[in-house]
Amino acid sequence: MDMMDISPNQHVEGSQWRETLRLGWRTLIGRAYPRIVSAAREPDWVFYEVALPVLQVIAFGFVYKSLGRPQYTGFVVLGGAMLAFWTNVLWSMAGQLHWERQTGNLELYLMAPSSMLWILAGMAFGGMVATLFRSIVILLIGSLIFGVTYQIVSAPLLILIFILTMVALYGLGSMLASLYLMYNREVWAIQEVVQDPVSLVTGFYFPVRALGGVIGGLASVIPLTLGLDGMRQMLFPQLGQSFLPPGIEIAILCGLALLFLVGASWSLKYIEKMAKIEGRLSLKWQ
Amino acid sequence: MTATQLYPGAPAIQTIDVRRVYKSRSGFTFGGQKAGKSVTALDGVSLTIQKGELFGLLGRNGAGKTTLIKILTTLLSPTSGEAYVDGLDVNKYVIPIRKKIAMVSGGEQSGYGILTVREQLWMFAQFYGVTSQAAHKKIDQLLEAVGLGDQANQKVYALSTGMRQRMNLCRALVSDPEILFLDEPTVGLDVEASRIVRDYVRSWMQEKPGRTVLLTTHYMFEADELCDRVAIINHGQIVAQGETDDLKKGLQEHARFQFELSEWAPAFEEELKQSRGVVSAQTMNKKGKVSVQIALENEEYITSAMQTISSAGGHVLTLRRIEPTLEEVFMRLVGNSDEDKAAGEDEV
Repeated sequence: MDMMDISPNQHVEGSQWRETLRLGWRTLIGRAYPRIVSAAREPDWVFYEVALPVLQVIAFGFVYKSLGRPQYTGFVVLGGAMLAFWTNVLWSMAGQLHWERQTGNLELYLMAPSSMLWILAGMAFGGMVATLFRSIVILLIGSLIFGVTYQIVSAPLLILIFILTMVALYGLGSMLASLYLMYNREVWAIQEVVQDPVSLVTGFYFPVRALGGVIGGLASVIPLTLGLDGMRQMLFPQLGQSFLPPGIEIAILCGLALLFLVGASWSLKYIEKMAKIEGRLSLKWQ
Repeated sequence: MTATQLYPGAPAIQTIDVRRVYKSRSGFTFGGQKAGKSVTALDGVSLTIQKGELFGLLGRNGAGKTTLIKILTTLLSPTSGEAYVDGLDVNKYVIPIRKKIAMVSGGEQSGYGILTVREQLWMFAQFYGVTSQAAHKKIDQLLEAVGLGDQANQKVYALSTGMRQRMNLCRALVSDPEILFLDEPTVGLDVEASRIVRDYVRSWMQEKPGRTVLLTTHYMFEADELCDRVAIINHGQIVAQGETDDLKKGLQEHARFQFELSEWAPAFEEELKQSRGVVSAQTMNKKGKVSVQIALENEEYITSAMQTISSAGGHVLTLRRIEPTLEEVFMRLVGNSDEDKAAGEDEV
């Protein structure tokens, strides 16, 4: 387009759009920063987030070995590595805004000119980076202990499934963050109750196909269910046990990612509106 | 025309008949929400604060100070009435207003203890789109100004309460706001830390014309020392506003003086009471120091009052005018009849 064709208003809108993006990007990096540096400054995560999950992986690995199915230890190792993301999403995404409110950060986030979505994106990005490192450590240790071998069917598809799973998973976390904020005590109690059953049906330590179509289908609402199944198909083709073909899983993951991101955006706007009307986020007694 | 140009020359803050009613929740079920009782936090508040003013908002716990600040910082909507920040409606121009404002609250625990002071300030600067280079330059200036230069690389969790609040002040100023809201910023701080906060707020305002501060405080001397004007809020209503001297003068019906005398004589008090223009006289003899407090119809009668003392054989050692304090003004306007009840209320 010729520059002469652009009206002054279009210039203003264009520069505002760029300014909003720049502000959003800085917000994302700013909020991600504490999560990333805390991984280096709080070494106790090695025990809680690597040593304990590795012990769990070892336990399930030996169950498969003792049952004469050592080839499934790879499922367990991958599941253990991905479980770190689920835990991170539940406790450091979904519950995070609730804690931010307690410390007074939430008010300051809301008062900033940047959208809260960028704050959540920063939390997600920082959490993902820090957890990716922990996940890789679990994967390496588990693979070494059980001598897991991987047959990569398609590296691009594997990466695509992983990225889509992460986007959908952290989108879910962002949406839950608003719900936790709105109904914190009630949802907190529900999370405590459903955390383990949800982890079970997601199939972290076994192929979700074993649960049957109905339960597996319901469990697919949690993006890790299909994400794990798809990644296992890309890494352990010789074992079969797939729940759905990779193409369908990718399509569903795309849908889930979109659904949760839109849901997160809507619920954030809703909670901010309700906060302004009812004072829920700014008054301790509310 | 952009939102920031809508009202050139507008006051920094203006509220017109602002009301805010809270409906507390008595319980929640997923099937619905039970209705709770209503609390009127603000009841027709009208205020105008010009650019460049340091304005104090005084009131007891639960008077409505924090609610007003939350409305002006776009965190709450007024139930009715209008509120403007730099001429912008708080309901319509949320983002333009947020670019212009910052807030510091007393006892604030914001941020992340694992970060250093510098990192914490940098992080908040990012939320306002400040470039890293500009942020670090500003952070250095601010930390030096509030005496935290040596703590720049110290972890936030290791800071004392006073240091933390000075850091919070830097956090608010790192985005270079035009209007600063200080909600009891010195509560719980020691004398030195309070002094540093107060001094820096004043010098920050002087650095650039047009910078405005709305301060809420329970410390009357703080308001007296800092504020150009104050408003006193009680039960959600502004009961008085103006310059502190004017409020004090408004309280004082009579000119009050205190004499210190060389010796005690019972006749002084009676003679003074008979003297022209004297409304009341009270003699005190405390630890050997004799003093007389008198109230005059106006200050012109001070000469005749002194002559009366001299003629009665008294010798005046010192003479001073007694000015009412802001605390007296506050107590007169707000009273303390339900103080115990108010002390137990949450800040709204």
